[in-house]
Amino acid sequence: MSEITIKDIIKPENIVYEKTSLMTDKSLSYCPGCGHGTTHRLVMEVLEELGQENDTIGVAPVGCSVLAYEFMNIDMQEAAHGRAPAVATAIKRLWPDKIVFTYQGDGDLAAIGTAETIHACNRGEKIVIVFINNGIYGMTGGQMAPTTLPGMKTSTSPYGRDVNSMGNPLKITELIAQLPGTYYVSRQAVHTPSAVRKAKKAIKKAFQNQLDDKPGLSFVEVVSNCNSGWKMEPVASNVWMEENMFPYYELGDIKLEGNLL
Amino acid sequence: MMKQSKTNKMGELRLMKGNEAFAEAAIRAGVDGYFGYPITPQSEVIEYLMAEKPHERTGMVVLQAESEVASINMLYGGGGSGKKVMTSSSSPGISLMQEGLSYMAGGEVPCVVANVVRGGPGLGDIQPAQSDYFQSVKGGGHGDYRLPVLAPSSVQEMSDFVPIAYELAFRYRTPVLIISDGLIGQMMEKVELFDQMPRLTDEEINELYPWATNGKPKGKKRRVITSLDLDPYKLEKHNFKLQSKYKTIEAEEVRCEIIECEDADYIIIAYGSSARISQKAIQLAREEGLKVGLLRPITLWPFPKKPINELVEKGVKGILSVEMSAGQMVEDVKLAVRERTKVEHFGRYGGVIHSPEEVLEALKNQIIGD
Ligand SMILES: Cc1ncc(C[n+]2csc(CCOP(=O)(O)OP(=O)(O)O)c2C)c(N)n1
Ligand code: SF4
Ligand SMILES: [Mg+2]
Repeated sequence: MSEITIKDIIKPENIVYEKTSLMTDKSLSYCPGCGHGTTHRLVMEVLEELGQENDTIGVAPVGCSVLAYEFMNIDMQEAAHGRAPAVATAIKRLWPDKIVFTYQGDGDLAAIGTAETIHACNRGEKIVIVFINNGIYGMTGGQMAPTTLPGMKTSTSPYGRDVNSMGNPLKITELIAQLPGTYYVSRQAVHTPSAVRKAKKAIKKAFQNQLDDKPGLSFVEVVSNCNSGWKMEPVASNVWMEENMFPYYELGDIKLEGNLL
Repeated sequence: MMKQSKTNKMGELRLMKGNEAFAEAAIRAGVDGYFGYPITPQSEVIEYLMAEKPHERTGMVVLQAESEVASINMLYGGGGSGKKVMTSSSSPGISLMQEGLSYMAGGEVPCVVANVVRGGPGLGDIQPAQSDYFQSVKGGGHGDYRLPVLAPSSVQEMSDFVPIAYELAFRYRTPVLIISDGLIGQMMEKVELFDQMPRLTDEEINELYPWATNGKPKGKKRRVITSLDLDPYKLEKHNFKLQSKYKTIEAEEVRCEIIECEDADYIIIAYGSSARISQKAIQLAREEGLKVGLLRPITLWPFPKKPINELVEKGVKGILSVEMSAGQMVEDVKLAVRERTKVEHFGRYGGVIHSPEEVLEALKNQIIGD
């Protein structure tokens, strides 16, 4: 019996999973093990499943995902640091029948862009915000973010975040969930297959809400590792995330159909 | 290139503030969206728009943003999706918009931004000024870019320049500034309004602006609006493209008005409110037998270098640059004149408006001499 080669295995009848056509063939610029890539894929899979590739405009932030438009094979705009919710607001208001979303990091969404985030949520803009919370500024080399945990070391909190002088980590997701303008608010993760499945369900619900013209904004936070910024191996960073990030940033739905849980 | 119908006027006269005429012109020019934040002396623009319910008239969207930073980034989104978008503000608010304007210059996003200039620096005051000239014509934000700048000097022009600004914005894919001041924004004058122009349909936008990001067309390539390119050689190439666009604008789009310059020994150069005041000053001068003319730049960038050069070559004996600033435009006048004749600046500033008599006095003292 001859040996089975990879060619014998890659056959249409054997396919159980495919890369969505809404991801380009460009190789991702993310560090191996980073949650950005997985989350990109989930957003694109959801848009493909909902049949929205020709009717969606995405807004990329400034952060590690600044080049999201190189990977997401749909019409995209790259916004100034923190301003994606304002950019998305106008697109949605002017093209109300299209699907509009932003994809933002914690520095982008919860520091420099706090005003845009809160006001887009408060106006109940009918958009989706996907928020990657990795507790650090990944792109610029690991500085402290508004979401950095107490005591956590970063390049601008080299002795650990001192909450007395540097403030406490900002739970922006709980904050915007208080606003009547948000319709669906959920916090997820993408570090295990089961977490990925849950996160995809949440992202799909968010986009479905927009498709159904539900009154208000749908917001999905993804707690993610930044193994480079945290200076850990990818697997160790996921363990650290489970042990330290999840107790502070509890996973699960926070607001459903306009009602706080 | 533009499927832009020329404006029609049917003698529809109204007595309006400059700011109101500008707002009414926005509705009539078929603007799709206005995004703004209140600031004196231009809050009448958004107040007028909110009261007019343009959504019922044309479907135009009007939104009060949380800040000028948000407004300008709303314009980035809307303009980048192919819609005609607009904001207006006054000096401190326009300063806040500079990052966004730079992104739009880089990403080649069309929009129209009106600055009803007030006295500065800082919070300054709420009186008319022209001290934002440098910021308007030299770029304003970071990076190598220029924006076309139109300077109305009457309420009529506050209306007429709106469709012109959109033609420039979409022809060259660039933000266009309309620079007036508290005087023109607040004063009431008779204005003949142009007829309602239709807003473009979504199909027309897709046909005219294949670059606009409003949903990837079936079977076609996706579109991206961005100002980023991490490869310096590619970014340099993009800059070459921008620079060649600016060269074309400089060659094609200069506008100015030349008043009583045929026989003039002396020339006043002034724009906006200062041009109105200077026009009175040249009248006073001529009553005294002094042959003085006025050159009024309508585009501050591109600056009317050629018409100035022609006057210098005709042998004018001196030029007074009059501006409600400490002397900003005078630098461009000097660059055009290249020391071939005397050039001086005169102007009150910080919100103080010079009188025609003061202008004439300055002309006599600084240029004509004894
Ligand atoms: C106005 C402005 N200020 C600062 C920066 C520098 N900067 C770029 S990305 C970034 C932080 C990004 O962090 P985050 O949003 O958390 O994204 P991550 O890279 O972690 O995904 C900063 C400070 C910038 N590009 N623009
Ligand atoms: S620096 Fe951090 S956030 Fe950025 S790609 Fe690497 S792991 Fe991901
Ligand atoms: Mg981050």
